[in-house]
Amino acid sequence: MTTETLIWLIPLPPLVAFALIVLFTNKNKALSHSIAVGAAFLSWLGAMIVFFRAVTTEHFGEHPFHSSINWLPTGETWLKVGVLIDPTSAAVLFFVAWTILMIFLYSVGYHNFGQPAGDHDHKGLPPHGATVTDAHGHKHTVLSVEPMYSRFFAFIGLFAFGMYTLVVSDNLLTLFVGWEIMGLCSYLLIGFWFAKPSARAAGIKAFMTTRIGDVFMLLGIAFLYSATGTLTFREIFTEETLHVLGTVPSGVFGLSAAGLISILLFIGTVGKSAQFPLHVWLPDAMEGPTPVSAMIHAATMVSAGVYAVIRMFPLLTADFHGHELTTAMSVVAFIGAFTAIFAATIAVAQNDIKRVLAYSTISQLGFMIAALGIGAYVAAVFHLITHAFFKALLFLGSGSVIHGMEHGVLHTGNHSVDPQDMYNMGGLRKKMPITFWTFLIGGFALSGFPILTAGFWSKDEILADAFGHGHWAVFLTLALAAFLTAFYTMRQITLTFLGEPRTKEAEHAHETPWTMTTPLVILSFFAITYGWVGIPEHFPLLGGIVPNWFHEFVGGTLAEHPEALEFSWIPLLTSLGVALGGLFFGWLAYRNVTAVEQDKLQFPVLKNKYYFDEAYDFLFIKPAFWLSEVFVSKWMDKGLIDGILHIFGPITGGVGFAIRNYFDVPIVNEFLGDGSANSVYALGKNLRPIQTGRIQQYLILSMVVLFVVGGLVYFLLLA
Amino acid sequence: MIPLSWYLILAAGLFSVGLFGVLARRNAVAILLGVELMLNAVNINLVAFWRYGDISMMAGQVFTIIVFAVAAAEVAVGLALVISVYRRRNTVVAEELDLLKW
Amino acid sequence: MTAEQIIFLIVGAVTLASALMVVTARDLVHAALWLVAALFGVAIVYTLLNAGFLAVVQVVVYIGAIAILFIFAVMLTRRQAAKDTGPALNQNWWLGALLAVLTFGGLVALLQTWSGFSKTASAIPSGFDAVNQLGSALVSPAGYVLPFEVASVLLLAALVGAVYLAFNKK
Repeated sequence: MTTETLIWLIPLPPLVAFALIVLFTNKNKALSHSIAVGAAFLSWLGAMIVFFRAVTTEHFGEHPFHSSINWLPTGETWLKVGVLIDPTSAAVLFFVAWTILMIFLYSVGYHNFGQPAGDHDHKGLPPHGATVTDAHGHKHTVLSVEPMYSRFFAFIGLFAFGMYTLVVSDNLLTLFVGWEIMGLCSYLLIGFWFAKPSARAAGIKAFMTTRIGDVFMLLGIAFLYSATGTLTFREIFTEETLHVLGTVPSGVFGLSAAGLISILLFIGTVGKSAQFPLHVWLPDAMEGPTPVSAMIHAATMVSAGVYAVIRMFPLLTADFHGHELTTAMSVVAFIGAFTAIFAATIAVAQNDIKRVLAYSTISQLGFMIAALGIGAYVAAVFHLITHAFFKALLFLGSGSVIHGMEHGVLHTGNHSVDPQDMYNMGGLRKKMPITFWTFLIGGFALSGFPILTAGFWSKDEILADAFGHGHWAVFLTLALAAFLTAFYTMRQITLTFLGEPRTKEAEHAHETPWTMTTPLVILSFFAITYGWVGIPEHFPLLGGIVPNWFHEFVGGTLAEHPEALEFSWIPLLTSLGVALGGLFFGWLAYRNVTAVEQDKLQFPVLKNKYYFDEAYDFLFIKPAFWLSEVFVSKWMDKGLIDGILHIFGPITGGVGFAIRNYFDVPIVNEFLGDGSANSVYALGKNLRPIQTGRIQQYLILSMVVLFVVGGLVYFLLLA
Repeated sequence: MIPLSWYLILAAGLFSVGLFGVLARRNAVAILLGVELMLNAVNINLVAFWRYGDISMMAGQVFTIIVFAVAAAEVAVGLALVISVYRRRNTVVAEELDLLKW
Repeated sequence: MTAEQIIFLIVGAVTLASALMVVTARDLVHAALWLVAALFGVAIVYTLLNAGFLAVVQVVVYIGAIAILFIFAVMLTRRQAAKDTGPALNQNWWLGALLAVLTFGGLVALLQTWSGFSKTASAIPSGFDAVNQLGSALVSPAGYVLPFEVASVLLLAALVGAVYLAFNKK
């Protein structure tokens, strides 16, 4: 099979799985998950084959795999859609395939396949536990299977289809299609437990917030199409087109056309990748099941936002000549860097294990965006891929922890204990060893622990790039954010796994089944080793041993191969310092903390996320509700429009009444109808007395008439 | 000699008087008396026109004879009617014979 | 003023006066008798018009038969001993009078417009036998035999009718 055909086929198995599960196998849990995991496996297989062929092709960047078809006739030309796998998308395809497969497998265990149905489980609520009686007659409450099991796999199948479509597409249109499908699935999956009001609200919030970004993105796409007449990447990123777009002014804020389009498309990313100011949806999205959080909000969907900017990098840098950042790039860099530090400060004060990771994701995405903003293409892609691996690992690990805690909750029966609150945990390294070690690896990767973890290599490269090109503000901001990242990560590990169990529930936690721990192990492998494919050449000691394959491969995507950076000690030392320092201080500060009251960093402003939700509610939500409920619904619809209609009713009634009472009754009924009869009757009644029966009176009458008529005839006619 | 107009005026006067009698008298028999006067006036007219017109044309006189006959017949039948009515209704006052009123 | 004219005037006045009495007499017998007088007057007028035969017929038929018949009828239709016969005229007599006057006036006015209104009588040619002529006119097929016969039928009908009507089936 040709590679191009294979690329076309990669997104299809999950879509077929979605259709099959929805239409046919919804009732059968085993069949549903088998179809889903099988589909994920098929896509993974296709992706691996394509990746392998890609990396074994010489100078792959110059002739990537592509295939397109004429799709929409537009007058003289066609709008084409197709697939493209160039080095960047090959690398992205690699991690997408792996993480999706791992998460599909993990979901089997997470939703407690094989466990009995719950005592009073409802569709739409998280499973509550089932009572089983063991051989000795003791009653235990165990985890119960998710009632909407098959539905979950259908949704994540649809989601996988969307992500694969986005990755393999060669044009902005199908990229946007994949983008929107993932948005829909995000809504469906965040609100998976739809009977929980908080989950419903979170789903709506996510969809609405990303929608705002999507509107601007669509505007950018439209502008791009009208400016260039095409949406295919390869046709847009030609020298002449980029040059024209880069120089033509767009008329808005002094940006060139390319700059304006880039910013519009970037706003879509701001929504999708939860950058400031559209970051508010991601923490609430933790209402969804953990595989959802892992997949959508760590590894794939939010990465799609960064991927979109990576794709449009030539456009972003259309009028960048290597020195002064363009306006568009400055905006991107600023938002990225600001988000990184902003989210990191909030993460320090969060107590929910998933919330910390959520803010961490926002922060790390900020790193990547900032990297793109300063033009560090390869570094951004590198960090995207390593982050996907270790963040997925961390989320799945947190899911495992929560599962263990839930087991403890069911054991003690105390449902007021929140299994996600870190202050209820502690000492879990003994109870859940595999989870502990893999989580530790993931956490170190996130912090940038040197050499051994992938996160170090990618983060270091970003800092080096920032330093090397003289972007001091970005450098310092990111360094500070990295310090905080290490700090709160160690805080999280310390509170969750180290020390002694703080609650009975934590004491009764135990390790999760193989379907959950195997993906953790596989992902931790990547979290360690993936960094080694991108060791910079000039790195002391290790540089040069292994060629910087990543830089060569991915760098080939761009028209101009980016040059390797000169080595400098300062960013390296900074990176080491913030990582190790952060980890050390995090452990130091929290190793003896046993209750939330002892946590000195629980500042209200951080706990309440700088009150952004409240601000948005006041500035946007409440006015929108007012507009719809009061202005449009009450005043315009019921008041004005209904009022006008209510005028018509009485008017018509009045017209009818008038016609009836002033025309119909008096004129038609009485005058014409009754009147003619009555007048005839009256005439008859009044003429009747003439007939007196007396002949002489008849004679007199006839004589009178004779004279009258005779006189008239004589005088008028004859005389 | 005597102009035609005198006879005609006489006839007209007689006719008018007879008409008055027909219209104004109460008694039915008296009405018939009036009718007789009118017929006679007609006869005078006829004969006058015969005399003052073409004498050889006997139509005037013939007509007069016919009028005689008709007048006689009419009086006979009329009076028979009056008598019959008198027998039934015990009245000959024309005003009281108003059965054909509304 | 010739003798003829004087005679005519007297006779005319008498006739008209009698006619007026006919129509205004309260007692019907008087009215019938006044009618006789009027009829006589008419007969004399016929004589003046050289229609002698007609004058005789007038007297015989009208006065001899019709007037008598009237008197019989009056006798037969008296209510009581005929003391108070009530008013002679009905309530609309003034209207009748008005109409009569109008009729008279109208007739005279109309006649006056005729050219031959005041012509005089032409002489009777000698040898003219009015009665002979009348007789042959009445019975000749080229004359008026048909109306004559019809008149006789009419008289027959009247006879039968009168008898039937006045027959007293006691």
